[in-house]
Amino acid sequence: MIALGCIPLVAQVYRAPRGPGGKPDLNGIWQALNEANYDIEAHVASPAMALRSGPYGSVPAAPVLALGAVGAVPPGLGVVEGGEIPYKPEALARKRENEKDWLNRDPEIKCYLPGVPRATYMPYPFQILESASALTFVYEYAGAVRNIFLKNPGPAPADSWMGQSVGHWEGDTLVIDVTDFNDQTWFDRAGNFHSDKLHVVERYTRTSPDVISYEATIEDPNVFTRPWKMSMALYRRQEKNAQLLDFKCVEYVEELLYGQYRKHPLSK
Amino acid sequence: MRNRCTAWINVAGLALALMFVATLPLAGQATLDAAKSALPRTPDGHPDLQGTYDLSMMTPLERLPGDPPFLTKEQAETLQKAEVQRRAKNNQPSSADRPAPPVGGDTSTPKSFFEVLERAGGGAVGGYNNFWLHQGSAYTVVDGQIRTSIVVDPPDGHVPPYNAAARQRQDAARATPTSDTRESRDSNAEPPGSFDNPEQRPLGERCLLGFGSTSGPPVLPDYFYNDLHQIVQTPDSIMILTEMVHDARIVRMNAQHLPKNIRRWMGDSVGHWEGDTLAIDTTNFSGKTRFRGSTENLHVIERLTRIDDKTLLYRFTVDDPDTWDRSWTGEYTWPAIDKPIYEYACHEGNYALGDILRGARRQDAREAAKAGK
Repeated sequence: MIALGCIPLVAQVYRAPRGPGGKPDLNGIWQALNEANYDIEAHVASPAMALRSGPYGSVPAAPVLALGAVGAVPPGLGVVEGGEIPYKPEALARKRENEKDWLNRDPEIKCYLPGVPRATYMPYPFQILESASALTFVYEYAGAVRNIFLKNPGPAPADSWMGQSVGHWEGDTLVIDVTDFNDQTWFDRAGNFHSDKLHVVERYTRTSPDVISYEATIEDPNVFTRPWKMSMALYRRQEKNAQLLDFKCVEYVEELLYGQYRKHPLSK
Repeated sequence: MRNRCTAWINVAGLALALMFVATLPLAGQATLDAAKSALPRTPDGHPDLQGTYDLSMMTPLERLPGDPPFLTKEQAETLQKAEVQRRAKNNQPSSADRPAPPVGGDTSTPKSFFEVLERAGGGAVGGYNNFWLHQGSAYTVVDGQIRTSIVVDPPDGHVPPYNAAARQRQDAARATPTSDTRESRDSNAEPPGSFDNPEQRPLGERCLLGFGSTSGPPVLPDYFYNDLHQIVQTPDSIMILTEMVHDARIVRMNAQHLPKNIRRWMGDSVGHWEGDTLAIDTTNFSGKTRFRGSTENLHVIERLTRIDDKTLLYRFTVDDPDTWDRSWTGEYTWPAIDKPIYEYACHEGNYALGDILRGARRQDAREAAKAGK
């Protein structure tokens, strides 16, 4: 038992099974299990995403009142390393406005494509398809898709909602460089936002059979004073029949977006 | 990219009585054996079907009136050349002094299949100009035959006629238009009430699925633009990504179908290998998908076979006893291209749907005011 002294005190580095291309196999259905989509920063629970002042503090705003506890915000310790997002002062003011005007401004409400990294930690599973020659992420939410280019195709022809992703392996970590975003997506339901200068570097590392350690470094000189990082675990869905189903929410927001243009608008 | 949805009309349905009755060989497999050993394979030994494919081509789903089942090389070249010239002409800058189109639009005899489509999709008064279009300039060639229809069974190159149940549904749809009306009917006219609710607009206009069954199944060319598809293949999941509306259909290999009550826009696809051919079985369609006016009982079997380094053969059989009295089959090739697919965000920029409905309400108000006078 003397040999025990030779075992490093830190946990041994997990060696993931190899995928078809000899790199760690990321194939599967994955999902975050946290409150980041509500607010990537640390937050206490609150009565609703949209609030109004009551005689003794905030109460749910009228449009979400009927949801009761279902519309409440669960607490979370946040996923931002260091705790706080380093906003420039004017950007912080805009974040606060976003928060107040959440019902009108959050792109998730309109079923718009979620952007990156938000797609990763929305409360829906996503599937990674990894072959020897291709890598694609498919998200259940809104049917969002990212083709991870393994060969850089050059500058994107236009800015896009999900950005342009170029991936490479650094050892056993998949690193994805995401650029060419538009300025329309958010990080969460709390109004955390970015400009079209957003640059995201994601790192996916398998740390056990059913866990991917996920990190995203966020850079946007228009909005933040310095690059910052978020990190979280992504878990493999354990159900034997785990698979992506349809969440084509476009259909679900037609009444919200177009209901007023019906020949006979529904009663309010 | 930006939403470029267009209304889609089933033009093939305009076809007149059929002139040619020919027997087509049904297989595209015979010539495959020789090339088999050289096929690229994935590490698990199956043929590698991966790549990006451009499905734009000149062969329509159904044979056009007067067309033989196959074209000679010379016939094909003449038609292809004429089409290229037509597009080149349309690509010329238009004069600012040109007169307005005639009332009711251009009703001259269309010079090509594509011209019929363009008038149907963009309106006879001019819709998309050529800048927006990316249309195929070659016919599909299967078994060395230059094909004039995707449909190979029935051998007349036509989708079988609707049966009584389907006709009944079509009549009901005319009275109360639903989202599939434009896709499945053979008329240029919008039925009355088509603009009353968003749910009555075509699925393509609503950004729910691309038009013309581009996502499928069965996957068909849309004959306008954004006709790219990408296959990513892993041992237990094979994805067929449709460029339009970024629809990823994930085929689960050797899996059971979903329970009957779980319905999906593109159905539930399970696959298995039949030798070197990927066979995909799709059921569990939503009642809203309605491929060519079919029902949620639609059953599609697809077969994908690599025939050379750059080409897949795509073959499908469609069956729905509530719509057709017999199944029907089509086939065409998927040529690979060396270009990436970029984002096709549809709903996010869909100003058209709101504007269409708003315009209709404006018109209602105007008519009401007129009637009140």
